[in-house]
Amino acid sequence: MPSPRPFGLTVGPLPYWWPRAATIAFYADVADGPADTVVLGETVCSRRHEFKLADWLAMAVELASAGKQVVLATQALVTSEAELRTLRQVCEQDHFAVEAGDASALAVLGRAQAARRGRPPFVVGPHINVYSRAALEEVAPLGAATWVPPLELPLDAVARVNPPADRVRGPAGPVVTEAFAFGRMPLAFSARCFTARHHRLKKDECDFRCRDDADGLLLLTTEGRPFLVLNGIQTQSAALHCLIGARPALQAAGVTRLRLSPCSRGFTRVLALFDGVFNGDAAADAALAELQSLGLPGALVDGFARRRAGMQTLSA
Amino acid sequence: MAADAPPARERPQLVCPAGSLRALQMAVDAGADAVYLGLKDATNARNFAGLNFDDAQVREGVRYAHARGREVLMALNTYVDARDPGPWQRAVDRAAELGADALIVADIAVLADVQRRHPQLRRHLSVQASATTWEAIEFYRERYGIQRAVLPRVLTLPQVQHTIRHTRAQIEVFGFGSLCVMVEGRCALSSYATGQSPNTAGVCSPPAAVRWEDTPAGVEARLGGVLIDRLAPGEPRGYPTLCKGRFVVDGERDYAIEEPTSLNTLALLPQLLAAGVSAIKIEGRQRSPAYVAEVTQVWRQAIDQAASAARYAVQPGWTAALARWAEGQQHTLGAYDRPWR
Repeated sequence: MPSPRPFGLTVGPLPYWWPRAATIAFYADVADGPADTVVLGETVCSRRHEFKLADWLAMAVELASAGKQVVLATQALVTSEAELRTLRQVCEQDHFAVEAGDASALAVLGRAQAARRGRPPFVVGPHINVYSRAALEEVAPLGAATWVPPLELPLDAVARVNPPADRVRGPAGPVVTEAFAFGRMPLAFSARCFTARHHRLKKDECDFRCRDDADGLLLLTTEGRPFLVLNGIQTQSAALHCLIGARPALQAAGVTRLRLSPCSRGFTRVLALFDGVFNGDAAADAALAELQSLGLPGALVDGFARRRAGMQTLSA
Repeated sequence: MAADAPPARERPQLVCPAGSLRALQMAVDAGADAVYLGLKDATNARNFAGLNFDDAQVREGVRYAHARGREVLMALNTYVDARDPGPWQRAVDRAAELGADALIVADIAVLADVQRRHPQLRRHLSVQASATTWEAIEFYRERYGIQRAVLPRVLTLPQVQHTIRHTRAQIEVFGFGSLCVMVEGRCALSSYATGQSPNTAGVCSPPAAVRWEDTPAGVEARLGGVLIDRLAPGEPRGYPTLCKGRFVVDGERDYAIEEPTSLNTLALLPQLLAAGVSAIKIEGRQRSPAYVAEVTQVWRQAIDQAASAARYAVQPGWTAALARWAEGQQHTLGAYDRPWR
C-alpha cells in the first residue's frame, strides 16, 4: 500500500526490553499515530522472552488491522542454531514482510522467495553491509523492496547507491530508500552482554537486568560526558540521531521513508513532529526546538549524514 | 558433510600477518603456510601509514613465498566507497596479475566482481563480512563460490564445531592476537567518534584522531576529542582503542566494555583440530617483523605437535614467548571459552 504522502514513516524495532504492559501501551499509541509502517520483533537478544515470536505475531495482526504495514525483523547477530530456527520461522512465514538482520536471513529469504513467488518483498536492514550500488544490486534481486543504509553511510553516498532518478530494481520494482532519521543509533554488537557484565552477572544468568534501563544503560566518559549506551549485547550512541532539519538533503538523496527508533519518553510527539515537517507544512526549526524540550534521553546529532563523526551535533 | 564423521586431524594451515616484505619473509622462514597482506590504500582493514605493499613488494613477496611452497593471500576487506569503486576493482586485478593465491573479501560487491572477472581467483570470506552462522557462510559459498570463511571472534567452541559440520566451505579461525570485542564488520564505534571506521576507511580508532595530554589529573588519551582513558602516574599507556577505554557506568569507573587483552587459543588447539578447522589465523599486520617471526615460530611448533603427537601440552616457553607480545600482557580464550557465559 504505497503512501500518498511524500515521506513514509517507519517505527523501527524496539531495541530495549520493556515490561510487557509498557510494550503493549507503546504500540497502542503507535497504532493511533501517523507512522504507516511498524517493524516488530526482537533484534538484540534471544534471551529476552517477555515478548516471544508468537506475541510479536499477535501484535503484528493487531497493528495490521489498525491499518499499519507490518515488518518482522530478524536478530542482527545470530550465533546459535536455536536463533537460526527462530530466524527461519520469521523468514518463512508469508503474512508479513521481513527485515533481514544478517546474511543468514538473506540466505533463508532468498530460498523462500525463489520457492514461492508473490511473497511479500523484504527489507534490507541497516546491519547488512550495503555501502555501494553494486552491493545493493547483488541483494535486491533476492526479493528486496526497501533498503535501510548502514548508520555510518553519509547521505551523499546514499544518493549514489540508489539515486532517485535511477533506482536499483528488485523483483517488485524500484527499491525504496529508508533512512534512520531519529533515535539512539545501534553502533555495534558483541557476543558478550555488557549490561550483564556491568552487573557482574553471567550472560546466561543475567537476571534480565536490561529491563531496568528503558533507554539502555548510559556510559559516560571519565569527565562525565554521555558517550555510549549499553543495551545488552548491543552498543548504542548516547546521543540521538536526528534528521528533522534535513528534508532537502534527504529528498536529494532519494530517501522517501524515515525510520524513527523508539525511546521511552516523548515518542508519540516525535512521530507527530516528523510527520508535520515531512508531510505537512510545519517549520523544521520550530519542530526541532520542541524536540529539544521533550526530555529525550540524549542530545541530538547528525554527523553521519554529513560524512562527519557520528557524534557531531546538529549542523546549524 | 556427515555430522558423525570421525574427527579430522588434518594439519590446518597457519596463516600469518605481513605488514611489510620483511615481515612476510620472516613469517615464511618461521614456518607460516600462508601469509596475508594488503595494498597501500583503503582497500584493506589495516590502512596505516608506513604499512602494506606496493606492486613490486607484492611480486617479490609472492616470489619468495612460492619458491618455498607457501601461499600469499591478499586482504581486500573493506567496503567499496560508493563514490569510487575504482580502487577495489584495481586491487582485484592486481591480485590476479601479481599471482596472489586468494583474495580475502568482505564486500558482496567485490565478491561479485571477482567472480565475474577473475573466476579462477580463489575467494576467502573475510571476518569483516560478519558471517556468524553456517547459513550465512553457505549463502556466500553458493552465490559467490567462496572456498573459505574466516569466523568472527564471537562464537563458542561448540558453535565453531556446529558451523564446520554444516558448511562445505573451509573454516579459518583466529588463534592469536589483538581481540575485537565487537563482531567484526558491524562496528561503527570508531566512525561515531572520528568519522572513520574499519568498514569505510580500513582503520579503527585512527592514530590521526588520537591526542595524548599531560594534565594535573593524569595523562589523558582522547579520540576525536572524547576522553577514552585517564592514566594514573605509572600506569602503562595502551593505545586508546575506543572499546578498550575506561568509562563511567552507574557511578563506577572501569573498563566498561572490555579490558585490553589478547586472544590466545593455544590451549584449545587439539579441539580446534578435531573440529576440522582448516586454517588458523594470527592477527597483527600492524605489528613488527619480530612479532611475526616469534609468534609464527610458536604456532608452527604448536600446530605440528597437536597434529602429530598423541599428547599435546602447551609448552611454558610458548606461553612466555607469546606473553611478551600480548596487548595488556593478558591472555584470554575469548568467546571460544566464555568464562562470562
